[in-house]
Amino acid sequence: MESMLHITTLHYLVLGAALFILGVVGVLTRRNVVIVLMSIELILNAVNLNLVAFSHFWGGLHGQVFAIFIITDAAAEAAVGLGILIAFFRNKETVNIDEVNLMKW
Amino acid sequence: MHAIIDYISSYLTSEKTPGAAGNMFWVLVYIMLVFAGLSVAVIAMNWLERKILAHMQVRLGPMRVGPHGLLQPIADAIKLLLKEDIMPAEADGFVFWMAPLLVVLSAFTVFVVVPFGPTHAITDMNIGILFMLGVSSLSVLGIVMAGWASNSHYPLMGALRSSAQMVSYEIAMGLAVVSVVLVTSLHGAGLYGVGGAGAGDGTLSMIGIVRAQQEQGVWFIFKFFPLGLIAFFIFAVSMVAETNRAPFDLAEAESELTAGFHTEYSGFRWSLFFLAEYSAMIAVSSIAVTLWLGGWLRPFPNLLNGDTWDQAFSFIPGITFLFFAAICFYNAVRMPKHPLFRVQTIGLFGFGVVLGLIGLILFIPAVSIRVQDIFWFAAKVSGFMYVYIWFRGTFPRYRFDQLMQLGWKVLLPMGLGVLILTAIFGLWPSIQQLIQRLI
Amino acid sequence: MTPVATPFFFYLFAAIMLIGGILVITRRNPVHSALALIVALLAQASIYLMLYAPFVAGVQVILYAGGIMVLFLFVIMLVSIERSMKERQFNSQWVAGSIAAVALGGLFIAVYAKGEKIFPHHAMRITPDELLNTQGVATMLYGQYMFAFEIASLLLLVAIIGAVVMAKKRI
Repeated sequence: MESMLHITTLHYLVLGAALFILGVVGVLTRRNVVIVLMSIELILNAVNLNLVAFSHFWGGLHGQVFAIFIITDAAAEAAVGLGILIAFFRNKETVNIDEVNLMKW
Repeated sequence: MHAIIDYISSYLTSEKTPGAAGNMFWVLVYIMLVFAGLSVAVIAMNWLERKILAHMQVRLGPMRVGPHGLLQPIADAIKLLLKEDIMPAEADGFVFWMAPLLVVLSAFTVFVVVPFGPTHAITDMNIGILFMLGVSSLSVLGIVMAGWASNSHYPLMGALRSSAQMVSYEIAMGLAVVSVVLVTSLHGAGLYGVGGAGAGDGTLSMIGIVRAQQEQGVWFIFKFFPLGLIAFFIFAVSMVAETNRAPFDLAEAESELTAGFHTEYSGFRWSLFFLAEYSAMIAVSSIAVTLWLGGWLRPFPNLLNGDTWDQAFSFIPGITFLFFAAICFYNAVRMPKHPLFRVQTIGLFGFGVVLGLIGLILFIPAVSIRVQDIFWFAAKVSGFMYVYIWFRGTFPRYRFDQLMQLGWKVLLPMGLGVLILTAIFGLWPSIQQLIQRLI
Repeated sequence: MTPVATPFFFYLFAAIMLIGGILVITRRNPVHSALALIVALLAQASIYLMLYAPFVAGVQVILYAGGIMVLFLFVIMLVSIERSMKERQFNSQWVAGSIAAVALGGLFIAVYAKGEKIFPHHAMRITPDELLNTQGVATMLYGQYMFAFEIASLLLLVAIIGAVVMAKKRI
């Protein structure tokens, strides 16, 4: 109980790991493309949390700068991913990711 | 007990905002004061808007409820509270409930960093202006959710248009803000002063920006004239579009989209949207006042400096309130001498007496020193409110494609141009050194 | 500024983030998932503030909660979701996926348990100067990471063009 009351870097890392697991479960098990994309955002956020926690631990700002780059990257990826989703929806009229099987033999 | 009194009184001699000093009691007191002041300001804005629009259109506006319609906002509030709360069938209940909540929360949270004076802010965050821009961009989410949850096509289209407009003009706002933040890092005094090669430490904190204006001795609207003015103009246009006000109010205009995203909201929920709209107006006006118009500084701090001018300007708050009291008395005397109007006449006299008392209190030097900054800030923001109402009464509405074209094709390149030119002006000594070394 | 009640706030925001994450992956309605994700992102911004990273918190609120989630909500509104809400929500490999995720979680726990001694009970090595966080990040962003900054701007340009092309009806 004592160790749970004093917040060390490990607490933040465990939180980041838990978010990462939630995101992985979302990507692997959901059929709706939009929710899969949102789970990917969860994964990226977990990584960001890890980076900022370590930046806090070591006292330098490198982790925070990298986290800013990851947020930028996530924005670009969300935009392109949703563009692909719209194109796909226009073709197939569904957002079920199991229906993306045109290249299956 | 003694520790509590020490805790409370230890802040009174501090030079920092309560948030920066870490004093939670005073933080709560300031939050209550800002909340109360904001509510009064929104109520006053409601009455002022109807009266000023009416007078601009050569009519009188509300005159019946209370003397000169002064109690009209209260009557409106009571009516809205008593109205039936309708939720459309098939509407998403949770999202329908949460949308006005999100908009109101974001509109009110912004005031945490608004500086009414050098220590009269709830807190002074390192990222003050970034915080304000970020939290005000959360209201877009509330609008999208409101349009979606109403399960009807007019609100949906209104929400899509409104949020597209807000997101577009946020970019122009951001660019104008960035050019000001650039200027805060310079040292030189005066209109074109830069202060040597290389920049000092710029700051994003709101109080820091006003202090930079104080140090450089010029309001940033006049800095690097006309660049500051153009940046201010870009921000002024963007902020009117950001808050969905005329002439950019296509999304909520009655003649176009039957009130847009808040069509299906009635009663108290609608009043939350209305409250959030006026609070957002006051918030973005506070940003404009802090960044360009010198925040809490009195007019002409350098041209007319010295103790006598300070003294003269310190009388203006009291004189303003006495002037308002005089207007109240004059109108009370001119009220019809009918027994039915007796209560209204007495009410107006009482209101005038209250304003006069406030004016007299503001003459006391001890009060005046502390409250003066808040008065100048509020006066400048009131000027902006009047300009908002003036815009509404004067300009015709923009069509939606004209609106988007203005945001993306006119204001965005102008903002980029102002930013680049400000940077060139600001780095001029370094550029001169570089040229000398190259030649 | 002295931090106050750090354990309480950490557990509060951690709980909000985890509940938000669970709601994201389990809700049937994508709009509810998006709302839960917004809540989780805002809680994460608060945790960034606790980690003395105010600039990253501000960027998170503006970009993630105020930009990316608006984009998600727009697309959810454009793509009709009534049909997808009536279908089965979890795909046929949910057992294998969950077991794999749990195995990954076990790996994380093993790594953290083994390396617990690296993180001493004192939370910080060097107390960062909170008042100069933005200035420090700016110096580093435009100094040491300038190349990455330019590449990121190029990436955003490519993403904008790509998204516009993908979403057009006729190219």
